[in-house]
Amino acid sequence: MLAFLIRRLVQAALVMFVISIIAFSIQDNLGDPLRELLGQSVSEKQRQILRDKMGLNDPFLIQYGRFLKKAIHGDLGTSYFFKRPAVDVILDKLPATLELVFGASLIIIVFSVPIGVFAAIYPKHWFSKFSMGASIVGISIPVFLTAILSIYVFSVEFGWLPSFGRGETVDFFGWRTGFLTRDGLVHLILPCIALSSIMLPLFIRLIRSEMMEVLESEYVKFAWAKGLQPRRIWFLHALKNTLLPVITVGGVQIGTLIAFTILTETVFQWPGMGFLFLEAVNRVDTPLIIAYLIVVGLIFVITNTIVDLIYGLVNPTVRLTRPQE
Amino acid sequence: MKRFKALAAAALLSAFALSGVQARTLKMAYDADPVSLDPHEQLSGGTLQLSHMIFDPLIRWNQELGFDPRLAEKWERIDEKTVRFSLRKGVKFHSGNEMTALDVRWTFDRLKRSPDFKGIFAPFEALNIVDKYTIDIVTKEPYPLVLHTATYIFPMDRKFYDGYDAKGRPKDAIVKHGDAFASTNASGTGPFVITSREQGVKVEFERFGDYWDKGSPGNVSKIVFTPIKEDPTRVAALLSGDVDFIAPVPPADLQRIDKDPNTDLVTMSGTRIITFQLNQNRRPEFKDKRVRQAIVHAVNNEGIVEKIMRGFGTAAAQQSPKGYLGYDPKLKPRYDLAKAKQLMMDAGYGNGFSVTMMAPNNRYVNDDKIAEAVAGMLSKINIKVDLKTMPKAQYWPKFDERAADIMMIGWHSDTEDSSNFTEFLLMTPDKETGYGQYNSGNFSNAKVDELVLANQKETDVKKRTAMLQEIEQILYDDAAFVPLHWQDRAWAARKGVEIAPIVNVMNFPYLGDLVIK
Repeated sequence: MLAFLIRRLVQAALVMFVISIIAFSIQDNLGDPLRELLGQSVSEKQRQILRDKMGLNDPFLIQYGRFLKKAIHGDLGTSYFFKRPAVDVILDKLPATLELVFGASLIIIVFSVPIGVFAAIYPKHWFSKFSMGASIVGISIPVFLTAILSIYVFSVEFGWLPSFGRGETVDFFGWRTGFLTRDGLVHLILPCIALSSIMLPLFIRLIRSEMMEVLESEYVKFAWAKGLQPRRIWFLHALKNTLLPVITVGGVQIGTLIAFTILTETVFQWPGMGFLFLEAVNRVDTPLIIAYLIVVGLIFVITNTIVDLIYGLVNPTVRLTRPQE
Repeated sequence: MKRFKALAAAALLSAFALSGVQARTLKMAYDADPVSLDPHEQLSGGTLQLSHMIFDPLIRWNQELGFDPRLAEKWERIDEKTVRFSLRKGVKFHSGNEMTALDVRWTFDRLKRSPDFKGIFAPFEALNIVDKYTIDIVTKEPYPLVLHTATYIFPMDRKFYDGYDAKGRPKDAIVKHGDAFASTNASGTGPFVITSREQGVKVEFERFGDYWDKGSPGNVSKIVFTPIKEDPTRVAALLSGDVDFIAPVPPADLQRIDKDPNTDLVTMSGTRIITFQLNQNRRPEFKDKRVRQAIVHAVNNEGIVEKIMRGFGTAAAQQSPKGYLGYDPKLKPRYDLAKAKQLMMDAGYGNGFSVTMMAPNNRYVNDDKIAEAVAGMLSKINIKVDLKTMPKAQYWPKFDERAADIMMIGWHSDTEDSSNFTEFLLMTPDKETGYGQYNSGNFSNAKVDELVLANQKETDVKKRTAMLQEIEQILYDDAAFVPLHWQDRAWAARKGVEIAPIVNVMNFPYLGDLVIK
C-alpha cells in the first residue's frame, strides 16, 4: 500500500514536470502578455523596458530554470492579472469548481444507475427505448448549447432560476460553499444539470450494456437455475459486477468533467477555475495558465489513485502491491 | 479589508444622514472588471470607467463632446503655453483629507511616471501651484489639447498614498505585474467607495457620504458590479431581472432588448474606427495609388454595416467621427464596383493578384465576419485573399511583425481628438519618435506628417480644424487605408434605471448621477 502510494507520488511529480515543460514551451504561441498589461499607445521602447524587467526576453532555458527553481519551493509564479501567486488564485476558485463537479456527479450517479439497470432488465420497455433515444440526443448536443438554452428557458422565460453566478455562499471551515444556503443551491441547479448533460447519457449506456453482459454470464444463469429471487440476482450478484468497469471509467471521467467545467463555467459566469483558465488564455496570463495545467494534472493523478484504491476494495482479486516478478 | 470596512461604515453612516433621497441599489454587469484600483496602472476603458466612480477628474466630457467642470470650477488660457485652473473648495477625499493643489500636482507627477499615461502627458512641462486652490498647467510648446488631457487628471489622495506598505514598498509605486498598495487600495473624491472586491467575481460600492457634488441628482447608494463575460449570459441576466444595467450589448440582441417592455436600450454612434491597412512594403502593387483606390471602391462598407453589423455602426470614409475637429462631412463612402474594376485595369492589374490578410476574431464587434466579407468583395476585382483570423492575444504579435499584406486595426483616440488617429495609424513610421507605431501599411506622405506636427502646436481652433480636415482629405484621395465603420455603442437597462442622461460616447457612464425611479 505504502509502496503503491510512493510510486504514485513519483508518477505525479513526473506528470507535472512534463506538463510544465509542455506548457512552458507553448507560451510563446499564446500571444504577448504585454498587450493586455499596457494601453494601446504605449511606445515600443516602453514595452521593451517592461519585457526586460519581466524577464520575457531571456532565453527559454533561463526562463524555465528560474521557473523550476521557484516551483520546487511551491511558487508557480505570480498571475499578471490578479497580481497574486497563481496557486493561491487557483485554490481560491477550486471550491466553486469542485462543488459544480460534485453536484453534476451526484446527478449522474442518482440517475444513471437506476435508468441503466432498468434499461438492461427490460430492454423492450418503452421507457428503456425512450431513455436510449434521449441519451443519444444528450450526447450530441454540446454543453454550451444546453447551458444557454436552459438559461433562456428557466431564467428568462419562466424566471424560476437565476441566470448566472454562484449566489450566496457561506464559510464552512474555510471552504466557501453554496450547498448550505437556499440561494446557493438554486444557483447550482442549472450549471450542474448542464455539466452532467454530457456524462449522464454516457453512463446510462455504459451501465446498461455492462449489466446486459453480466446478465448473460454463466453465474447469473446458474443463479436463475438455482431459483434465487430476481431482485437478489439483479441487485446483489449482477449489479456488483456491473459497477467494476463503471468505477474505472468514472474515475477517468471525473477528470474530463473538470475539463468540461471550462465551458459550463464560462456560460454561467461561474467563478471557478475553468472560467479562470479561459480568461487567463484570453489575457495571456502565462503564469496562471501554467499553474492551472499543473494543478489539473495533479487532480487527474489524485483521482486515478483514489479510483485504484476503491477498485481494490470492491474487487479483492486486484492487489495494488503485487510483488515485482 | 479592514480599511474597506471602516470606509464602508463611514459611507453608510453618512448616507443615512442624507435625508429625502431615496436610496437605491444598482446591480450592473460589464464584460470585464477593472484590472486594478490604481487609476494610473493601465490606460484602458475599464480603468477610466472605474476612475469616474471612485475618483473625479478636473473636468469631464459631456454628451456634446464639450467639457463640464468637476474638481476644477473654472479654467482660462493665460498665455499660449499656460492654462490656469481654479479648484473647487472643500472637496473631501474618502479618507477625510481635503483636496488641494498639492494633491493635484502630486497626481500630475505620478501620471508623468506611469508607462501608460506618460505618452499623453509628454507635451506637458509642469503643473505649478499658484495658491491652495489654483494651478497652472504649462506645456512645452503651445498645445491645443490641454483640456482634453485634463480629463485624465483624477486627483488622488496624496497623504493616503504616502509612506510604505507592510512589506516596506512605497505605497505610491505603479506596479504592472505583482501586487502593490495602490492597485488594491484607493482614496479619491468620487461618488463611490469600494466596500468589497473579489477580482473577476464581484465588486461592491457604497455611495460616499461626504461627496462634494450635492447638486447631483444621483440616488444610487449601493452598486453591485459583476463581470459577465459571455454575451448571451449577460443579456439573459438583464432580461431575467438578475441585473439592472449591462454593457456592452451584443448586436444580435439589440432588437430583442429594444422590444422588451421591461428594458430600455440606448445606442450611440461610436468613435472607434475600424480599418484595413494595405502593406506597401510587402506588396509593390499597393504602392500604386490606383490599386489602393480600387480596393476602397470595391469594399461596400455600407453593406457591411447593414448586413453584418445589423445597423450597429456608421459607415466611414475617414478616421475622425462626427464631432471631432477633423471630421469632414463631404467625405462619403465610395463603393463603386465598376470604378474599382476600371482602376485595377488602369493600374495594369486587370487580372488581379493574390494577397494574404489577417484579422482578429475577438477584438472588435464581428471582426472575423467583416474580414470574410471584405475578402469576398475583393475577389470581385480579382484580388484573391488568403484570410487568417485569430484571437487577439495571438493577433497583436502578428500585427507587430506585419505578418500579412492586409491587416485589420481599429482605433479609438485616447485624446478624443482627430490628430491621434494619424499619429499612430498613418504617419511615416519612426522608431525614435514612436509615430506611425500602428502603421502596418507603411503609408507615408510628407505633407500629412508635416500637417500633423504643425497642428500639435496650433491653439487656434479654426486653423487647427482646417489642418485636420486637410489631413483627412489627403488620406481620402490617397486611399491611405480602407475605412470600414465606426462601431456603435450600446447600453441596456431595466425600465426605470435612467441611463440615457449618464452614458456618453467615451463609454464612461457617470454612475454618480444615475437616477433610479
